[in-house]
Amino acid sequence: MSTSSVSKGCFVFKPSAKKRKTLSPKDYFSDGCEGAENSDVRFKLCQDLWDKIKTDTEVLQDELNRKILDSLLDFTRKCSSTRQHSDWALQMRASEIPTAALVLGVNVPDHDMTFQSLSELLQQSVTPHVASVQAKECGALKHLMKRVLERLMDTVVAVDDDEEEAAEQTNGQVHKSVHCSLNTLCDWYNTVTKKSNSGTPGKKRSSPVKDEQQQPPVVVIFKDLEAFNPRVLQDFILICSRYIDRLPLMFIFGIATSPSTIQHMLPHSVSSLLCIELFQSLSCTQHLATVIDKLILTNDFPFKLNSKVMQVLISIFLYHDFSVRNFIKGVQLALLEHFHSQPLSVLCCKKKDAQLNVMQLSHRNLERIKQLPSFKRYIEKQEPQEQASLLNDDTHLKEVCKKLIKDLHKYHKNYYPILSCLHTLTSSLPRYPLGKQIRELHLTCLEKNVWENEDYQSAMKLLKMLAKDELITLLQRCAEILQPVKSKKIKEALVHLEELLAKLKQLDTAAAAETSPTVEETITSPMKNLQKKTDLFQLQKTLLEMNESRRSKKLSPFEVLRNEALDFIDDLVKKHLSPPESHTLNEVCYYSSSATVRRHLNATPRTCIQAALSSPYYYLQNENLKTEDGSVSNAAPDICIAYKLHLECGRLINLCDWLEAYSTVVSAAEGNDPDSDNFGKVDDVKHARFIRAVSELEFLGFIKSTKQKTDHVARLTWGGC
Amino acid sequence: MTTVLQHPAYEEERLQRVAEQLPCRELQAGMLLSLMGEPQHYSYPSIFIYGHRASGKSHVMHVLLKELELPHATVSCVECISVTLLFEQVLLSFFGCDAASLLPRSPSLSDFVRVYRQQCSHSPAKETRYIVMEKAELLRDTDANLLPALLRLQELVEDNVTVILLSEIVWDKFRPNTGCFEPLVLNFPDYSKGELQQILSQDRHPSYSAEFYSSYINILLGVFYSVCRDLRELRHLAALNFSKFCEPLAEGKVKETDTHKLWRNIEPHLKRAMQTVYLREVSSLQWEQMQQMEEKETGALRGLSAHTHVELPYYSKFLLIAAYLASYNPARTDKRFFLKHHGKIRKTKFLKKNEKTSNHLLGPKPFALDRLLAIFYSVVDSRIAPTASIFSQISSLVTLQLLTQVSHDDQLDAPKYKCAVSMDFICAISRTVNFDIVKYLYDFL
Repeated sequence: MSTSSVSKGCFVFKPSAKKRKTLSPKDYFSDGCEGAENSDVRFKLCQDLWDKIKTDTEVLQDELNRKILDSLLDFTRKCSSTRQHSDWALQMRASEIPTAALVLGVNVPDHDMTFQSLSELLQQSVTPHVASVQAKECGALKHLMKRVLERLMDTVVAVDDDEEEAAEQTNGQVHKSVHCSLNTLCDWYNTVTKKSNSGTPGKKRSSPVKDEQQQPPVVVIFKDLEAFNPRVLQDFILICSRYIDRLPLMFIFGIATSPSTIQHMLPHSVSSLLCIELFQSLSCTQHLATVIDKLILTNDFPFKLNSKVMQVLISIFLYHDFSVRNFIKGVQLALLEHFHSQPLSVLCCKKKDAQLNVMQLSHRNLERIKQLPSFKRYIEKQEPQEQASLLNDDTHLKEVCKKLIKDLHKYHKNYYPILSCLHTLTSSLPRYPLGKQIRELHLTCLEKNVWENEDYQSAMKLLKMLAKDELITLLQRCAEILQPVKSKKIKEALVHLEELLAKLKQLDTAAAAETSPTVEETITSPMKNLQKKTDLFQLQKTLLEMNESRRSKKLSPFEVLRNEALDFIDDLVKKHLSPPESHTLNEVCYYSSSATVRRHLNATPRTCIQAALSSPYYYLQNENLKTEDGSVSNAAPDICIAYKLHLECGRLINLCDWLEAYSTVVSAAEGNDPDSDNFGKVDDVKHARFIRAVSELEFLGFIKSTKQKTDHVARLTWGGC
Repeated sequence: MTTVLQHPAYEEERLQRVAEQLPCRELQAGMLLSLMGEPQHYSYPSIFIYGHRASGKSHVMHVLLKELELPHATVSCVECISVTLLFEQVLLSFFGCDAASLLPRSPSLSDFVRVYRQQCSHSPAKETRYIVMEKAELLRDTDANLLPALLRLQELVEDNVTVILLSEIVWDKFRPNTGCFEPLVLNFPDYSKGELQQILSQDRHPSYSAEFYSSYINILLGVFYSVCRDLRELRHLAALNFSKFCEPLAEGKVKETDTHKLWRNIEPHLKRAMQTVYLREVSSLQWEQMQQMEEKETGALRGLSAHTHVELPYYSKFLLIAAYLASYNPARTDKRFFLKHHGKIRKTKFLKKNEKTSNHLLGPKPFALDRLLAIFYSVVDSRIAPTASIFSQISSLVTLQLLTQVSHDDQLDAPKYKCAVSMDFICAISRTVNFDIVKYLYDFL
């Protein structure tokens, strides 16, 4: 690049428009992705899948929010309607500002969506005047007022364009002279409501609003109450309360922690101006459970996460942020990564499409299939002749793949219903041997054979102690779960289950009469003995006897049936809940790189810096820097050498010694003769390089200057060599 | 009525009307009237009126000025975010909006005086003009010259104007260091029980007799007078609970005169009201619904402070615990709690003189980020990488007001925090993660 300027200086060169090619997401996707030949197909699959996931979760979130939003809307309507009654009690009552305290849970970024839909709903059905404010834009009362006024007046501008100009004209002078006071707002409100009332009916706004109430309330939403300056909030409320008879105001407080914050923030003199009603939203763990139910534990999406990735995502949620949004983002990341890095992900789609895609597979991709660990295991199990044809005959391989894909889909179809059956059975057991939440059970099932798990055994033992009515209700619930599933195997299972249920119910009428006396007899006879003897030893003995007799006793018909039912369940579990790793071609659908997900979602800046400093090869990829056993090559960047040397020091580092050591290392790198006089001498350049390295380390927070000793610096990290 | 307001300048009838609207404040109103003198006379430059909340300060001023049709401007100081608003409102109500628009952008006091004088020369005051400043205590936070200037505004603008300051705080707390013109100080005492009874009885329900309502007020005051003397609140409570009081009457069980039975019926109800609506634990709307729902579901509604449980992510809980420990334990004792081989250090040996008082009485102390993290890593049972989300959790705890940042926001290097949660809260939190916090607190050693 050159300039026509004669003077020296820095010049900015904007890249010319021609060169700048805007890349579409697709280009980014194909760029550097594994197996580029079918990247288009994969990109399309990925995008379709993500779109579906996105819309589904949005619908789900709307549904979850609906209940609380509905009650909130009711509240606003009620508030605005009671205002117009001319009741004695209402007149005498101090006019409070109706306030909804909306408790949303600690993850504040997640609330945005809720507030978004809330204000949309409010605008649609209750009032056009909604303003939402955030704490960070309202440091002082002035700013808060300004924001509220701006948003309220702007919303109107956005809603009806023709009114805007008129309002501007009438308010023009007043607006200039009286800035930012609620008086202005009152005037504005009056003009707006008057206009909408006198205007031609049913012009633009949704009609029910107009019929019901002449005065739609003015709603102010405080998105994050905790972060507001209490002083500002108090003053704002005081001001508003002066205008409440002229301006039907209403507040919504978004609360992240607990409603008692209101009392912490507002003194009684202020909170007595509010009429606070509490709205509690769904807790975020429940929210996650529903999302997992709809997103992960379903057959709708061919894309799956393996247990480790699931574990990472769930632990980020539980341990770090409680953010459902981040969880979904995590799923999105996994999805992208899967389609980006796994060429065989073309097969990760609906069964029919997958069958078609199998036929389209190129030779290279078929080779890739042969390399899959699960497929290798599959080949090993085949006859030698079959093995040979699988390895050599592409068309045969395709046929087999088709079948295998079909099997995989079948497996998924059966897996989820049986999983939720098992969950219903075990989730009510004492101490939850298989976890309270279905996701925990899902994780154990993904990891290994669940039936080999100790907890599973104990759960089965506990199930064998269930009373009849409990068992019947549980089995009935299982039957309900299996009812809608359209799989042959599940249908058979359902028939069997219903037979068992019928038998259990019949016990009530017929068999119960026969068995009960015998059972009672066996129990009561030692009981009688018990009353006679008072000796402790004897008591122990009889109790043991009772226990023995019960165990050796012949099983009652109910117990027989119960065992049969549970064996049947056990059978189902063994048949359908095997981990996905045992299924051939699972790599196509399951994303397994938990390390990638962890690295992207749970960044560790300090570890990265330390890795860069202690092994520069990791980032620079320069062959010269490659070393073994964790040492640093002397050709490494200055800062790496300085860092390495500083690790060898104690809490205080003598700068002079450090410089000496540094210069020795650098001299060696320059290939100076170790025996010459100049070796290790500090010259100006080395000195400057050293100083720069040290100040960089200080900037990164590894050392700081100290007043304890003048020519020393203090280390800020522990450990080292 | 014992005393009727008298003043030669105003008609008898008008004063009568004023007196009717100001029950139990005749004395103060009379005093004010005599201070104000005849309308065309100059009045005292500034009057300072103080008295508790709802002792009728604004009401008396409002009624006097309105009924006697005196030119006045009422300004609430809370509302005046900037002095501009104050000036504008005064000019607006005295000279109309043209005058207000004469003020330049962000006007100074002298601009105000200039505009005032200019307008004043066009339309000089025929009667004394009054500027009433409500919540005048906020004037102390504005520019230092505003309050002294307002006190002698009469001199400054050379007009017949009187500034009346209304406040809940005594004048002594106002006096600026530099000294100022002393206003006339007037106190509005609290209403006595009898006076409250008299005032509250006035707003009776149209469909019931005055005696009946008065007896209701008597019962109400019997319950609430010990905790609340705020007229506004009492009136609010009276209105909320009246329907319940009338219930047996409507059902025909008792007669209006049977006060004892009525008292028996309402008293427990009022007691409950004292614990809930009065403290705004339950909103008045909910309270009314509750009354309609009958007794069976009472107690189902929990007050605001009953919800103290906060759900936090696992590591946030431990961060909060660590912050609590850092705030309430002296830094020297960290070794004893978090090192494996600390040796037995007894508390008595450890004590310094000033540490004998409980740290919990002294409140949380600030601590540096390093210390927080060091304690965090030693209390949390698993090894965790110092990920970005651990740090972001600290800042979200700050936004949730569970921690407060002591150092300035700009200070990126070694920020300091304080833990802002109570002992009960932290105990509840640590119970959920099976951490026995009491064992780690120096105060409970």
